[in-house]
Amino acid sequence: MTEAAMSSSTVATTASATPARRDIGLKKRHAAEARFRFYGVAAICIGIAFLAILLVSIIGKGYTAFVQTSISVPVYFDPQIIDKDNERAANPRVLVSANYPVVARNAVAAALGVDPEDKAAMRQVAGMVSDGSRAQLRAMVQANPSIIGTTQPVTLLASGDLDSANKGQVDLSVDEGRRKINNQQLAWMQQLRQAGQLSTEFNWGLLTFGASSRAETAGLGVALIGSAFMMLIVVAVGVPLGVAASVYLEEFAKKNRFTDFVEVNINNLAAVPSIVFGLLGLAVFINFFGMPRSAPIVGGLVLTLMTLPTIIIATRAALRSVPPSIRTAALGVGASKMQMVFDHVLPLATPGILTGTIIGLARALGETAPLLLIGMVAFVADAPSNPLQPATALPVQIYMWTNEAERAFVERTSGAIIVLLVFLAIMNITAIILRRRFERRW
Amino acid sequence: MTMTQMTAAAPAAARNMPPKMVGDKVSVFYGEKQALYDVDLSIESNQVTSLIGPSGCGKSTFLRSLNRMNDTIDSCRVTGLISLDGEDIYNPSIDVVELRARVGMVFQKPNPFPKSIYENVAYGPKIHGLAHSKADLDEIVVSSIRRAGLWDEVKDRLAEPGTGLSGGQQQRLCIARAIATQPEVLLMDEPCSALDPIATAVIEELIDELREKFTIVIVTHSMQQAARVSQKTAFFHLGKLIEEGKTEDIFTNPVNKKTQDYITGRIG
Repeated sequence: MTEAAMSSSTVATTASATPARRDIGLKKRHAAEARFRFYGVAAICIGIAFLAILLVSIIGKGYTAFVQTSISVPVYFDPQIIDKDNERAANPRVLVSANYPVVARNAVAAALGVDPEDKAAMRQVAGMVSDGSRAQLRAMVQANPSIIGTTQPVTLLASGDLDSANKGQVDLSVDEGRRKINNQQLAWMQQLRQAGQLSTEFNWGLLTFGASSRAETAGLGVALIGSAFMMLIVVAVGVPLGVAASVYLEEFAKKNRFTDFVEVNINNLAAVPSIVFGLLGLAVFINFFGMPRSAPIVGGLVLTLMTLPTIIIATRAALRSVPPSIRTAALGVGASKMQMVFDHVLPLATPGILTGTIIGLARALGETAPLLLIGMVAFVADAPSNPLQPATALPVQIYMWTNEAERAFVERTSGAIIVLLVFLAIMNITAIILRRRFERRW
Repeated sequence: MTMTQMTAAAPAAARNMPPKMVGDKVSVFYGEKQALYDVDLSIESNQVTSLIGPSGCGKSTFLRSLNRMNDTIDSCRVTGLISLDGEDIYNPSIDVVELRARVGMVFQKPNPFPKSIYENVAYGPKIHGLAHSKADLDEIVVSSIRRAGLWDEVKDRLAEPGTGLSGGQQQRLCIARAIATQPEVLLMDEPCSALDPIATAVIEELIDELREKFTIVIVTHSMQQAARVSQKTAFFHLGKLIEEGKTEDIFTNPVNKKTQDYITGRIG
């Protein structure tokens, strides 16, 4: 019945000038599509907004960490202070333990015209110079003891508080007594600036100094070396292990229960929280094998364990993406399985392996939790010369600095985050470039 | 064995030579599934033997068991006897690498290595140590490419990637690669199925020339091609060898009803 009615109506409409369009729900479909597009764009916008907030906040707080205020004054290496009894020839330790901060303080006081007898004023002057002057002046004297008794131009690091004030980070509306830098010091700062003795230079110390309780002499040097050692260990141990394991699993092993079991476990390992690997490292490497605490060798091995599943999964995917026709071609001309793998399959899989490895490395570089457990959260002032000596790592250093209250540490924390992000960005960009460069060529 | 010898008797006697390869009661299993049932077939020296039959009839399976390419499939199992010059190729003492150097293969889809044209052809001789010097290797590469009828087209760009050639050229490059190892038998698995008619004609001509030096086994879907290039034809159906014989006999005077149905286009 209805069919007949419908066909008759169709006939009727075809008879008229324009045939009626069937309603196949186009409007609804278009609306659904537009809605879905909107959701997608909205999601991306929200993501970008968060990223922007993160970057703006970190860069806004951190860029000042890359410059450091210093005071250039003529320093009189006073023998009365450094070596009162003139015994440096017999006892060189005098030069090590001499009171260099007083030398620095006196130099700045002289430049400011402060009366050396005014104890209170002198204490305030001392608060403007970094305690790092001790190491700096000591190094100068030890390198050339003959400068004792002479006056040399020296660029001294300003104290963290003066540095903050110079960068305009001190809130001057706060009552003087509750400020870390008082009005007298601010006036002196102006005086130094007008005399051209106050300079703001790129802060190499941020990248070279070790741990310090004073912000102006605290740097990422030890953390960078520690992280570099660990990355080297991950590359040296993790890549051969991971590639060998994947090549065996993918190209040689027969598919059976055992390889299935191994495969499931590798995938599970990739999902294990990193702190568990830290505990494993503590139990196995430190307690059982007796490796040193806080050492990059242990950190590197723990990060290797953590990165291994990532490398294996990426490598297997890369191997699997090599077309089987290449394998049969190689076998067809009489290549052995090993020749097939090493002459043809691996070279074609290399970009994929590299990409996976770099991404795994980037993850390892940013990893903090397992390193805390193996004691890499330590106050290490001296740069390690090999992976067995104590060191910290970039993210751990950031973690430690966030616990410091001083304004100068806040900016250093952000500065360190910027350094870490730059390294991560470089690694990821390298991965992208490699992928582009070597993209499928068959 | 007697049956194989009998069937092989006629052409072999004519040339007074034993068959190059002999399959005796060859069965192939993929896991539980049997793909080939007791095939007895001999391959004569310096002849082109074509294997024809509808899809899934086991002709490629038989071809791939001739140089043990089936070994690469975990679940695959071969029973029966296949011999090359009287030697059982599935004997544990036979090294599969050596076997494949003696029994080369060209595949359905052209599969040059993503390396230079020169490297493609030089790879086999290199790994088998056939060349003692660079000049030796050059000589092998050039003569192989020449014999594959590709020389004039690629002589100026041997350093360019083999994957940049056209389909027909790639397939001839693969043939050059296969003959560069100086095999005794050349297996071709539907070498023209991915090519246009002109490229196909070039390759067929090439096969006819190569017969001088090699024993050739070719799997083909095209009965015309089998008729054009081969001296001996074997017809497979549902994993069984239905009929084999001189090509002209098979196509003009088939004994079996199924063969007749297939070549006249009624099944397949």
